[in-house]
Amino acid sequence: MRYIDPHIHMVSRTTDDYQRMALAGCVAITEPAFWAGFDRSGPQGFFDYFTQLTKTEPARAAAYGIRHHCWLCINPKEAEDPGFAREVMGLIPDFLDKPNVLGIGEIGLNKNSKNEMVILEEQIALASQHDRLILVHTPHLEDKLKGTKLIMDAIMRNGSIDPGRVLIDHVEEHTVSMVLDRGFWAGMTLYPDTKCTPQRAADIFEMVGTERLWINSAGDWGHSDPLAVPKCRIEMQHRGHTPETISRISYDNPLRFLGQAGTFSADPIQTG
Amino acid sequence: MQPPYTPERAIDLYFLEHRAKLLDLASFIDRVERADPKADLRADPRMASFLDAIEILTGADSARAERIQLLFSDRSDELLDVAPGKGAIGADPNYNDTPSKRAEG
Ligand SMILES: [Zn+2]
Repeated sequence: MRYIDPHIHMVSRTTDDYQRMALAGCVAITEPAFWAGFDRSGPQGFFDYFTQLTKTEPARAAAYGIRHHCWLCINPKEAEDPGFAREVMGLIPDFLDKPNVLGIGEIGLNKNSKNEMVILEEQIALASQHDRLILVHTPHLEDKLKGTKLIMDAIMRNGSIDPGRVLIDHVEEHTVSMVLDRGFWAGMTLYPDTKCTPQRAADIFEMVGTERLWINSAGDWGHSDPLAVPKCRIEMQHRGHTPETISRISYDNPLRFLGQAGTFSADPIQTG
Repeated sequence: MQPPYTPERAIDLYFLEHRAKLLDLASFIDRVERADPKADLRADPRMASFLDAIEILTGADSARAERIQLLFSDRSDELLDVAPGKGAIGADPNYNDTPSKRAEG
């Protein structure tokens, strides 16, 4: 069965991972701009990164029949210096018209600081000015509850953003309902240590339903699993969920949200 | 959505795995205690909230996962002046200073 992994950091993964994902049924992915595990020394580092996301990765993915799309931003972990963050944000408009760009992301908060909020608000405004979708990163662990509330308030404060065009990622048991109740889309990240397991994601679907909710691996340079989405599908199947339900959470829902960008496709790639 | 399985099926599928996780929890607490049997297990806010979370597990009320998540959360709502590094510890660092939070779960 075909699936979409709507949040995975392939710049940190090997070509073997692309091959394994293709074998497991992956037809399309989206890759948000994120913290690479170290702070870049200057805006040029981000220029190179955005080039990698819009040029190198789509070609690498296509070799395995996977459609690659991306989101651009300065991530909250490198947003504590607003001057630096604004220089990076200045690079984004030139990349927004590349054919695989979906919108602004993953923006959000990390430690819920004042400077992180200033840069978050400016990037929400950037998405609004260019009429782009938004992908939101919510903080981890003890900071998630507070950060999720502060981020949703900031988006609504902007006044021009339709929550149906925003996906709030890394929701867990204590944040999923507040996100869905306010009209946003929600993503569950299947990440071994700090987020959700495939079993708990299946539990959350059973508790809140499948409307405006998807799963992703957020596979990156840390302890993570690029096959987490197909593993969650197997978990759902094992419990007796129908093929329709399993397809809804791992293919149809991502297609519906991402389809709003106008640049997303999960169609087979013609090769040769 | 109504789960497509019976309680017996869920127990058959998951009992052994979670029995092992329960033993992991028990031996983790024993390990911390063994390092200094005279130390207060609750002195570290992570351990204090961890031990309170176990009480949620043994209670009769549902939504246990959600209530444990809330117990481990920073419940303040003001932005910090400066980000104190990038990492998180997994529990409210001020947990031991705000005992009223415990009861809310
Ligand atoms: Zn990410």
